[in-house]
Parts: sequence; structure tokens; C-alpha cells
Amino acid sequence: MLSRVADSLYWMSRYLERAENTVRQLDVTMSLLLDSSETTADTRWNRLLTSLGNPRGVKWQGDFDAMTRSLIFDSNNAVSLNSCIGAARENARQVREELSTEQWQRLNRLYHQMHSPQAQAQFRANMNDFLASIVDGIHLFKGVSDTTMIHGEGWQFIRLGRYLERAYATATLLEVYQESLLDLPEREHSGYQYLELVGLLRCCTSFEAYCQVYTADLSPDRILEFLLLNRDFPHALRYSIDGVRQALEAIQRSGGRRPPDDLHAAAGKLHAMLRYTTINEILEGNPGAFLHSIREQCQQIHELLYRYYVHYSIQSALAV
Amino acid sequence: MSAHKPVPSGTEEEPIDYARLFRDYQLDGAFDEMRTPDGGIRPEYQALIETLARLPHEELMRRKQSADLSFLTQGITFTVYGRDEGTERIFPYDLLPRLISASEWDRIERGLTQRITALNHFLRDVYGEGKILADRVVPAEMVYSCKHYRRQMCGLEVPRNVYIAVVGTDLLRLNTGEFVVLEDNLRVPSGVSYMLTNRRVMKRTFPQLFHSYGVRPIEHYPQLLLSTLRSLAPEGRPEPNIVLLTPGVYNSAYFEHTYLARQMGIDLVEGRDLVTHDNIVYMRTTDGLKRVDVIYRRVDDDFSDPLIFRADSGLGCAGLFNAYRAGNVTVTNAFGTGLADDKAMYAYVPRIIKYYLDEDPILNNVETYLLTEDDSRKHVLANLDKLVVKAVGESGGYGMLIGPQSTAKQREEFARAIEANPRNYIAQPTLDFSRAPCLFGGQMEPRHVDLRPYILFGDKVNIVPGGLTRVALEKGSLVVNSSQGGGSKDTWILE
Repeated sequence: MLSRVADSLYWMSRYLERAENTVRQLDVTMSLLLDSSETTADTRWNRLLTSLGNPRGVKWQGDFDAMTRSLIFDSNNAVSLNSCIGAARENARQVREELSTEQWQRLNRLYHQMHSPQAQAQFRANMNDFLASIVDGIHLFKGVSDTTMIHGEGWQFIRLGRYLERAYATATLLEVYQESLLDLPEREHSGYQYLELVGLLRCCTSFEAYCQVYTADLSPDRILEFLLLNRDFPHALRYSIDGVRQALEAIQRSGGRRPPDDLHAAAGKLHAMLRYTTINEILEGNPGAFLHSIREQCQQIHELLYRYYVHYSIQSALAV
Repeated sequence: MSAHKPVPSGTEEEPIDYARLFRDYQLDGAFDEMRTPDGGIRPEYQALIETLARLPHEELMRRKQSADLSFLTQGITFTVYGRDEGTERIFPYDLLPRLISASEWDRIERGLTQRITALNHFLRDVYGEGKILADRVVPAEMVYSCKHYRRQMCGLEVPRNVYIAVVGTDLLRLNTGEFVVLEDNLRVPSGVSYMLTNRRVMKRTFPQLFHSYGVRPIEHYPQLLLSTLRSLAPEGRPEPNIVLLTPGVYNSAYFEHTYLARQMGIDLVEGRDLVTHDNIVYMRTTDGLKRVDVIYRRVDDDFSDPLIFRADSGLGCAGLFNAYRAGNVTVTNAFGTGLADDKAMYAYVPRIIKYYLDEDPILNNVETYLLTEDDSRKHVLANLDKLVVKAVGESGGYGMLIGPQSTAKQREEFARAIEANPRNYIAQPTLDFSRAPCLFGGQMEPRHVDLRPYILFGDKVNIVPGGLTRVALEKGSLVVNSSQGGGSKDTWILE
């Protein structure tokens, strides 16, 4: 597969995952604001911005409308829904011949929904419905991708983008939340504290899944354990990194070159770290540093991926 | 006659009310594809008209809508420049097929084969020995002053001596019913994807009618193109890696590039995907560098290699031309083929055919005035209001003066431009070319049409029986180019 094509598919997928992440976090923040609590609106918005990676030029200035507009419709804001969906479509358009018609139509429809002249009015009329319909659109795209595309190298790059973006976003979110989370008592939460915990889980669409594993008994340790180390839940870090590793192996199998040792080492190391560390070890050590190191390792995997598959030097390729 | 039998409608057949169908159908001097000058209907169109006449209006509109939707969802679009968003538009099309009889097609096919063969000889000669120039059949000055002449091609051996592997030639039908050649497109002709998708939609819209007509198939074009490209691969490359080189997503024909690449199952590459090393072209893949053997080039000469042609272009691949010169990669069409489709060179094509093949042209040219000749220039300048003037190096309907529809100011501008640079222009009489019926809200009206068949030249000349019939959708308009408000319709070559 052409490196440029792999690059476009990878980024298309990352941008869509990023859009979904922005929507979910925004939705949770907006709904938590409805309850009066010890946490002020300022804290909430600033925390949201931090967990979205502090997008350049976006500041909380006390104006709810301006803030939501910036996160949804502002094309100058790199993490806004508008930017992410636009960038995903632009990447797709450049590799139109690699995508199925269904995928292209789905993504196109999503793009036109965001860019329709009525979009802002629709958002103001019913914020939840609007955001939910965007998430639906993204889910549908993932669905048709899985059912209409050959599960070859291109599809693996799509998976790779999705899981790496998700792992990075989840690690960032947890790093932002972990301190206040671990300050909470192990049990006996007040109503407000309970809402905070539910909010964190909902940021990763994991409230119901958590309840199935641990019952509705929310405890900070278990939440951290679930979002970090669960093997079977798609938004847990361990699951995402499993996905990254599997996609990398599949890509490796489809090519004839010698496997890129450092890339496999990086993915394998991160996988082993999440596979064999227990939550107690993490809590006894430094949870913040642990999460930070996950982010750095994700970044390193991305760089190695590029060095090996996309931006490799011609000299090294000729030497093979 | 069974091929023209009307489709049974299932109900009792009433006589057809032609007056209702043709209420807005004006006949005048121009050749009408469907009707005879006395108002009758040509035999091939009889079944089509009867089917339409018996189709309830609502049903016709329903089929039109479903055809529209089919174009939309397939994403058959072209790009309109100069707009911020929504730069993709659906290519307008007309639902009524244009019919061409077997004997007419036979003549077209023989004529095009002859013409393309001669033009290929011409390119080989001009970039080689130059016999035709030495014999003064074509003035050397005319060749060397052409802006598409590429001196880098001189003395260069091209695979199988094929310069023009993919051609689209524009034909018109005159008052007499005769097809003539308006233009040869020997550089990067486009539109073949519309020919193919029009057919797909028409088969779905009028399945029974299509079946009853016995139309010759065109669907194998991508396969023929692929085998043509394969036949031109460099020696010693039995499993050639064939790619389509596109200028990228902002090119107006990008849809066609993705379409053809997908239909042929080859990679669609951009200049930035290619690198050259030791005169070999490679593409960057996730599995390392992969050698490229044949490039179906949809990028103009000027932008193909910044080392040889325009240095400011990032669309091509540095070093491509040298790899080509070394014979390590086939690029098709070859560079410099625009020399032979220059509008002034066009006037010499009958002589070129005679010179190389010793035959009279089967398809004639449109009468053309070369403005470098004094008498012609005088005549043209005195009659600008009756003639069509074209800049020789332009295409797509740009740089044109249509005399009868021009203003005094436009004519003055062209007169000045002609005096300043006569080599840059030609003039032709305003052609009253043929019109075909088109559907407008359930009514038929005639519109001007041309015909662009697609010719492939590898082992031998191959023409799929069909082509793109382009329509000037605006009433009275003579301009069929898609960039200027033209549309298209399916072309049925009958058995």
C-alpha cells in the first residue's frame, strides 16, 4: 500500500476518534454543570480543556455559548468537532479509491450535517440530540468500515489510528482526573461525589460496562482499574493497546520486509505494562507518572510508525 | 428489423400523439439526429419515441429522479474552481440516448484508426528523422513554434513506437449528415468515466428498451486500457507495476482518476509518492520502495518533472524524464504529443495522412484558416462576425470567439490579438452541427451535440464502440465543454 494512502487512512480514523472524544467530554461536562456542586464551572471547563490537550487559542472566559461554539463549530480550533470531521473527510477524499462507497457516503453525510447552515440552530434547539446524532454518525461510519471494507492493510491502518488515538485520549483524561479522583473516599460518597464518578465513567462510555463488572458500587480504585487494565472493554487502555499491537502485527504480516524491531518492542512493552501491572502496584507508586508514561509511549509508537512506514528515508529503503 | 421493435407496453396500443411530444421541437437547417427534415422520425429512433410516448409522465419523472440519485450517490462529480466549499458538482446528463447505426460507426472506426495511426507516425517522424519537414509537407516553422513541442523528446526511442496510447477525438456531424473531426486530444483526454457511468445508469433506467435495441457493449474499456498499458511496459518486466499518476484531489478530473484506478485495480499515485534513484522510478509503500514500470500519466507535460519542465511544479516527480529516457519506465501518453493536436497543426492532418499512409482521409476536417497565411488572415479579419476563432494552445472551450454571438468589442480584441500573433490563432466557419433530442421536464427539445470516442493504441488500435456525446444544454448554445455548462448523454452504437 502507498505510504501516503496509509497515512491518510490512519489520520482519517484518528480525527474521527478525536471528534467522538470531544463530543463525549463536552456532553458530560455540560450535564454535570446542571447540578450544583462543590466543583465550580470554572474548574470544570478548565479541566475539560486540559483533558482535550489545551487546544491553542481556546480559553474559558465565563461564556457558556462562546465555549460550546468554539468546541463544536470553530474551524480555527483544532480539536473542534468541525475541524476534526472536516479533516477526516479531507483525508478520505484524498484516498477515495481505497474506501467503499458506503464509507464515503457515510462520512460525507456527517460532514454535510456539521456544515449545514442549520447546524448551529439545531444545536441551540437541542444540544443533547445534536451531539448524540453526531456520535451516531461516527458509529455508523465505523460500522460500515468494518462490514464493507476488505480487512487488509488499509483497514488495519484505520484500526491502528482509532486505538492509538483512543489510548492517548484516555490516558490524558485519567492523568487530568486522577488526583481529584484519588482524593475521594473509598466508599460512602455524597450525591455530588457520586455524580463526579459517573461523569468520569461516562467520558469513556463505560458506566454500564463498569456496573456489569463491579456493580454500581463506585470506588475510585476500581474505576481506575477498570479504565486502565480491563481486558475486554473497548475503551479501557489495555484493550486499546491490544488493538494497536494486533493492527501492527497484521500490517507487518502483509508486507515482506524485516519486522521493525523497535516499533514492535515499543508496542510490546506498553502492552506488557498494562497486562502485568496490578492496580495496587500503580496506586502504591505514582499513578500520575504511570499515566504520563503511557502517553509518552503512545507518542513514541506513533513516531516509530512514521519512521518505518511513512516517512522512511530513501537511503535506508534502497539499502534493503 | 427485430432490433427496432417497439417495447410492448402491456396495455392497448393507441396511436402516438407526436404533436404533443414535439410541441417545442423546432426543426431548421441543422441536421437532426432523430428527425428527418420533413418532420418524420429516423428508423433507429422509432422504438425510443414509442417507448417514451407510452410512458406515463409520472413514471418518466420517477426514472429521471432515480437516475439523478444514482449519479449523486456514486459521487460522479467534477470540480468547479474558485469556490470555498462545495467545490464538487454533479456532471449534468440527459436521459435520452444518442443512437448511431452500425454502418455510421464502421466509418468512424476506420476513420479514427487511420487518423491516429498517421498522427503517431507524424510524432515519431518529427521527433526522429524529420522527413515530413524535409519534404516541406508541414512547415518546420509550424512545428518548432508550437508551445507543446518538446525538444527533449528528439531522438528518443519510445516503447513500441507508440506516442499516443490514449486518445479522445471530438467529432461533429454536419448538415449533410457527415461526421467530421473537430479536434484531436492527444495529451490527457478525459471524460471516459462519464461514458462508462452514463451507460450504467441508462441500463438501470431503461432496461427493456436497452435490451431491445441490441447495443454494443463498452464496459470492457478499463480492461482494454490496462492491457494497452501492459503492452507498453519496458522490456524484461513481465509483471509490470502499472500506476495512474494524478495531479491530486484538486484536479477537475480527480473523480475520473479514482474511478479508472479502481476499475483497473492499479494504484493511484501522486507526484509525492514517487522517487527516482539511478534512473529508476519507485513509489513509496508501507513495504518499502516498489519499482514502477508503467505510468498512465494524467498530469500535463509542463508539470511532470521539475528538473526538465516547469521547475516550480510540485505535481510531478523529479528525475522522471531521465528514467523515461533511459527506458526504465514507460510514461504514456509520451511527452510532447500536444504538438500534433495543436489547432494549427490540425489543418495539416489530411496532408499528414496522405503523406504517411498514401490514403485519403476517411473522416474529413472542418475547413480551417491558418492566420499565418496572408490571404486567409485578410479574409478572416473581414469576416470575424461569421467565423469562430480559437487560440491554438487552449482547450476546454477557453480562448474562443464565436463570431455570430460576439460583441463588437470582443471582435476588436481578437482582431488585435490576431495581428499581434497570427500563429496563435486559427479560424473556422461557424458550424451548424447536429442536434439531438434532450428531455426537459417531460418534453423533448433539440440541443447541439458532439461525439468523443476513445481510442486506445498499444499492440494495435482499439476503439470501444461508443463514446461521450456531449450536449450544449443551454438552448441555442454551441459550447459542449463541461467546464462551460455542457452535459452528456449515453451513446448507443447499434449492432
